[in-house]
Amino acid sequence: MLRRGALGLVRGATSRPLFMSTMASKTPVEDVIREKITAALHPTTLEIYNDSHLHAHHKAMEGSASSETHFRVVITSEAFKSKMNPARHRLIYALLKDEMAREGGIHALQLRTLTPEEEERRRAQETAPATQAKSTQ
Amino acid sequence: MFSRSIARQLLRQTTSSAAAAARPAAAAAPAYAFSSTFRQPSSLFSLAQQQQRLLSDTTKQAIDKAVASAPVVLFMKGTPETPQCGFSRASIQILGLQGVDPAKFAAFNVLEDPELREGIKEYSDWPTIPQLYIDKEFVGGCDIIVSMHQNGELAKLLDEKKVLAAAEAEEAAAAGEEKKKE
Repeated sequence: MLRRGALGLVRGATSRPLFMSTMASKTPVEDVIREKITAALHPTTLEIYNDSHLHAHHKAMEGSASSETHFRVVITSEAFKSKMNPARHRLIYALLKDEMAREGGIHALQLRTLTPEEEERRRAQETAPATQAKSTQ
Repeated sequence: MFSRSIARQLLRQTTSSAAAAARPAAAAAPAYAFSSTFRQPSSLFSLAQQQQRLLSDTTKQAIDKAVASAPVVLFMKGTPETPQCGFSRASIQILGLQGVDPAKFAAFNVLEDPELREGIKEYSDWPTIPQLYIDKEFVGGCDIIVSMHQNGELAKLLDEKKVLAAAEAEEAAAAGEEKKKE
């Protein structure tokens, strides 16, 4: 939780105002995802998208009251270096083990896991330099 | 019946791909019904209930067998014809697009078997479905299948493992290229 102070590093499309406390949070699961990943992986990019509304009528969601069941997470971290994709995903799954195992917890988790170099390369491929504000480490 | 529907599904998808030419239909897809493998010893049920999340030897053996039942094995929700989950659908579609030979492919519906559904998660040390195995090796889940499809790694792997339908290898590679450009 204290790690949130390090959020200067974390650019997130869905990042919310930093003053929002987790106590009264309407997105407890998303908060946990952010906290655990931030603490363990010190990501340079962390984007968390809640896609639950897209799956609300999906059969497996019958009887689920949670609005936080389906997430898509984009993570860039040095911690992924020299790890193959399955190992990277397992790292995240291990961090979120409880949230995923819990009844009514995370039902689906889409992951995009990159190292800073890979992100750089991908960005160079995709478009002309879109963001200059990238921190060089 | 189940395996035949897989074959049909894969064939339909491959033949509907742009460059589809006439090709021999796969003679026989492996006939595997996972549930029968699983449910034969009925005492297994109570045992499994006691052991809860622990992967029993019998379950492990059944999954070993399933994983080895074909060169390409997908554990999914629903059947290839009627996937019950968008991620399973995406995965099966990609295998179809890649031109995986139906004779070298098997799909297992985890929704049909609670023991498989829980067991496969532990077996693979992977908490979600779908899961793809190629040559008994765990490849990944949907995100990994999609990204390998996009970057060409999947076409390469399937080609190396010789699991593509005849004359399909080059098409798959081409499809991978096209996808990349989009």
